[in-house]
Amino acid sequence: MGDRLLPVLVALGGFLGAAGRYLVGTLATGPTGTLLVNVAGSFALALAVRAVDSTRLRFFLMTGLLSSFTTYSAFAVETTSLGLTFGLANVAANYALGFTAAFLGLLIGRRWT
Amino acid sequence: MDVTSGFVEPVAALDAFPMALLVGVGGSLGALGRYAVDVALGGGRRSTLAVNVLGSVALGALVASAPADAMLALVGTGFCGAFTTFSSFAVNVVRAGTEGQAELAAVDAIGTLAAALVGVGIGFWLAALW
Repeated sequence: MGDRLLPVLVALGGFLGAAGRYLVGTLATGPTGTLLVNVAGSFALALAVRAVDSTRLRFFLMTGLLSSFTTYSAFAVETTSLGLTFGLANVAANYALGFTAAFLGLLIGRRWT
Repeated sequence: MDVTSGFVEPVAALDAFPMALLVGVGGSLGALGRYAVDVALGGGRRSTLAVNVLGSVALGALVASAPADAMLALVGTGFCGAFTTFSSFAVNVVRAGTEGQAELAAVDAIGTLAAALVGVGIGFWLAALW
């Protein structure tokens, strides 16, 4: 609770997560890159929810790195810029694949521990 | 190279930074901001909704004001990208759905989307006012 290292770990994780998302975005641009980070990050976060016990590691990995690796704001802005048909497809893809990834992560993480 | 000019425009200097570093710095501040909202609102789906809607307003406003590349990397991809989160949102929805709260999961999934899209629109509107 009074661990002063926690904000530092969150900031460090945020640096790595955001920079990692940027690097993925240079390989797969626009909504495709956002979809990739959101699906991969949802799986990894769900896994960590079940499998990581250490408070410091949870703040670094979950609040910091994996939450920052994924993004809702870019997803929302890109959706509005895509027009109705592709916008709906973008929402369907992020939601269907992201929720499935989170479900699988929670499932695998539970068996693991 | 013009060696007589000692002064570099601040924005031009920012452009010289590697983009990934700017995104990382913005990302660390965005993650800290999200953590502060967690502390203020007690975490959970209410905090996640708050950061996702606020961050969508901010990114909408930024994108609509045609920022320089370095500004977009620092504030948009970095700060707004990291301040908001899809992974926490997805885990919240799936946990509610699989723990007998299907209605809550649906409200969270659809409500976050509606509020964030309206938020982007508000951001565009704010940028136009400015």
